[in-house]
Amino acid sequence: MKDLALRALDLVARRGVTYADVRVIETRDREVSTKNGKAAHMSSSESMGLGIRVLAAGCWGFAATDDLTREGIESAATVALEIARSGSAAKKQDIVLAPEEAYEATWVSPVRIDPFSIPADRNLAALLAVDAEIRRNAAITLAEAAMHFERKRQVFASTVGSLIDQTRYMSGAGATALCYKDGEIQKRSYPNSFGGQYQLKGYELVEELDLLAQAPRLAQEAVALHAADRCPEGRFDLILDSSQLALQIHESIGHPIELDRVLGSEANYAGMSFLTLDQLNHLRYGSDIVNVVCDAREEHGPGLGTFAFDDEGVPAQRNDIIRRGQFVGYMTSRETAAAVGAPRSNGCMRADGWARLPLIRMTNVSLLPGEQTLDEVFDVEDGIYMETNKSWSIDDKRFNFQFGCEIGWEIRRGKRVRMLKNPSYSGISTEFWNSCVAIAGREHWTLWGVPNCGKGQPEQVMGTGHGASPSRFRNIKVGSAYEG
Amino acid sequence: MRDKAAAEEIFGQVRAAARSLGVTEVEAIIASGDQALTRFANNAISQNVAERTSYLSIRPVIDGRTARASTNRLDAASIRSVVEEAVALTRLSEADPELLPLAEPEDYTEVYRRFEATARVTPEERALAVAEAIAAVEDAKQTAAGIYSTGESKFALLNSHGVSAWYTESLARFSITAMAADSSGWAKGSACYHGDLDPVALAHSAARKAAESAGPRELEPGRYTVILEPAAVLDLVGQMFGDFSGTAIHDGRSFLNDRVGKKIFGDNITIWDDVAHPLQAGAPFDGEGVARKDLVLVENGVVREIAYSRQAAARSGIAATGHGYPLPNEYGEAPANVVIAGGTTSLEEMIAEAERAILVTRLWYIREVDPYEKIFTGMTRDGTFLVEGGRVTAGVRNFRFNQSLIEMLQNVEALSSPVRASGEESFDLVAPSMKVGNFNFTEVTRF
Repeated sequence: MKDLALRALDLVARRGVTYADVRVIETRDREVSTKNGKAAHMSSSESMGLGIRVLAAGCWGFAATDDLTREGIESAATVALEIARSGSAAKKQDIVLAPEEAYEATWVSPVRIDPFSIPADRNLAALLAVDAEIRRNAAITLAEAAMHFERKRQVFASTVGSLIDQTRYMSGAGATALCYKDGEIQKRSYPNSFGGQYQLKGYELVEELDLLAQAPRLAQEAVALHAADRCPEGRFDLILDSSQLALQIHESIGHPIELDRVLGSEANYAGMSFLTLDQLNHLRYGSDIVNVVCDAREEHGPGLGTFAFDDEGVPAQRNDIIRRGQFVGYMTSRETAAAVGAPRSNGCMRADGWARLPLIRMTNVSLLPGEQTLDEVFDVEDGIYMETNKSWSIDDKRFNFQFGCEIGWEIRRGKRVRMLKNPSYSGISTEFWNSCVAIAGREHWTLWGVPNCGKGQPEQVMGTGHGASPSRFRNIKVGSAYEG
Repeated sequence: MRDKAAAEEIFGQVRAAARSLGVTEVEAIIASGDQALTRFANNAISQNVAERTSYLSIRPVIDGRTARASTNRLDAASIRSVVEEAVALTRLSEADPELLPLAEPEDYTEVYRRFEATARVTPEERALAVAEAIAAVEDAKQTAAGIYSTGESKFALLNSHGVSAWYTESLARFSITAMAADSSGWAKGSACYHGDLDPVALAHSAARKAAESAGPRELEPGRYTVILEPAAVLDLVGQMFGDFSGTAIHDGRSFLNDRVGKKIFGDNITIWDDVAHPLQAGAPFDGEGVARKDLVLVENGVVREIAYSRQAAARSGIAATGHGYPLPNEYGEAPANVVIAGGTTSLEEMIAEAERAILVTRLWYIREVDPYEKIFTGMTRDGTFLVEGGRVTAGVRNFRFNQSLIEMLQNVEALSSPVRASGEESFDLVAPSMKVGNFNFTEVTRF
């Protein structure tokens, strides 16, 4: 792979480019799922190809191919250069990159059990056991369970002189119980909805999650929701579990801090951001106890945004985003860092494979643990607790959001007193984070994986990490999803 | 992959490798693509990419078991390796008493959707078209962002029972957002022949919307009559077609559970699925090689027909409709070429006849709130207007909606003639503009 990368780089480096990089990527993955007692999906795939990115005549060009013959790579190199030069037809100024050092490195994400060492029939047997346990509850109409494993090796070479070899292992697993009855569908998922939990781990993640132990509770809650009262409308003190809060962070902090959005690159699709440049170091983003970092380093944990170097050869970093409630940082690339006069990229450029161009993507954007105990977080006279995301939506500048959850509980004097179905809440991002009054401590903090973040044209799907612990927010609008 | 003969040659290698492993029942999907996209922002080309991809995916059937292995390497050793992986995975799977043998050959509706000129558009041609579109927006003292993509895909599905399905398609897309100081406008088109797109006209349309929505007023949320342009209809109505599925109904996850055959929408709602419709794109066969049949999904408000894969059809004792996904999968099937019947009221007439309404260009970030009542939430975006006394009087700040699709399609007051609509929240479909009463806006955002 290193030879391929260097050969491709040589082809463009001597043809008048200001800068070029090449990523050669080999990916292997496996998906196994079950549905109502049968194997639903059992597949594996492998992919290998390379992407060549060049900066020529002041414009970017990018071409990708899986034809790794000499002719195939030469063709891709030629196309990348043609594309870059065609950009002159609509250019305002030459693209400039913030400086970066050259690195030679090899990194493999820590893994205790190689997921591909576990036979697929063992994956299937484990999922079928979970499925059977869910369906022991006769009222369940649909039981689903799934595992997903990926190994991705990437060799990056650039005209700066970097040669970086990284291998990342990702694992994910989860289960869902669905109950259709009397014109109503209710479901519960564990450990999270939309596929479960995803981390940069091996098969040990599946063992840690212990889906089987949670299966009876999932089934019982999915059925019980039918008889539960609907979540009331009004303003309440709101407590969120850490998985829902992770998605709240993703949507109302993670996306707005992408500097390419702020500068307009995503205006036609993902949108822009309310965090215009004048807001930096001035905006009161959250309350004093809100501290958010963007941290791609291994020390932060096995998040989907953990790596050693980003996809333009910048080392993984930790940067403050919100410090004691104050907005203090964006996620940047070499191009956007230069555009705003920053001395260096903070290393957030990522592509979802060899066929796509790196974009600014969330690494691990995490809310740091607070100082409250869990009892203190729940210590409200009259509040609502919500758990596990069911729906999520936010406007294209990231002001107004609405989330729905699978289940809620009315909290009275710190105790759960009543199950609530169809809970939802909504608000304005900065008002919400300024209403944060309690954050549970490190022992309740979980680094969640969001495996399906979409951005870019052509669209790319990326995994991002978000650490959070259960937290409480004051006077939040609840129930708007069923309003009217 | 050059052509169908090349796909058949690869499949010959697949069958030989399978036979050497004692497997005679095997299906292969062989695909390739050449796609390029020129992206622009801040009135300049910003990202400019091309990709060439290949795909070979193998599905054996062995003693009632099946699984799938895929690769993008098409050399002889890789072909043998992926067959070995597929066979090994299949043997590790569990037998499924409902699994059917591989599909048998059928005749397919002939569709011609590949245009050499569109497959061969050069970076320079895209750049020049983009430059002209940017100039149109700059002339309006606005800022443009968007994309122009062109390319082609080739797709073959072959199996050891003699299915040999082949489909090629070219596709071009142009979309543009024009931004003014406190407003924006958007337009998008897609077509199998790039000459059917008019980037400059789309740019003018986006710029006009941005200009007309300048200085947006903030209105109270509540129930409004809305006029949804075709892209907004696509964004929202397109969310429901995954439920027109025999498997989804069997699973109890469809809003059509206990509603097939019932009148749940208004008299003026008729929707069908028609792969041969001249404004549609896509292959005339499904993920197992079954020919797509026409379906009347909704007739005058009554849910009539739903899609059935072979397995779902066998479960119900009926014929497959040709809408199945490649096996194995969890979801079964769904309509793929939706056409929503229109009416005789033009968009301009809807505006002229409205005493007070909200005109919506597009919708954004739509997610399902309630799976059975089919309530969706989302935002308006890039051109939301107040209509008063038969004319557009102002831009308005964007709304959040929480709206049941069932209720919405009971409240359609007028429809225009349908067009090929292209959006970002659902797949392309043929849809009219709709005037809808009592649409539920629950919140308003800051812009």
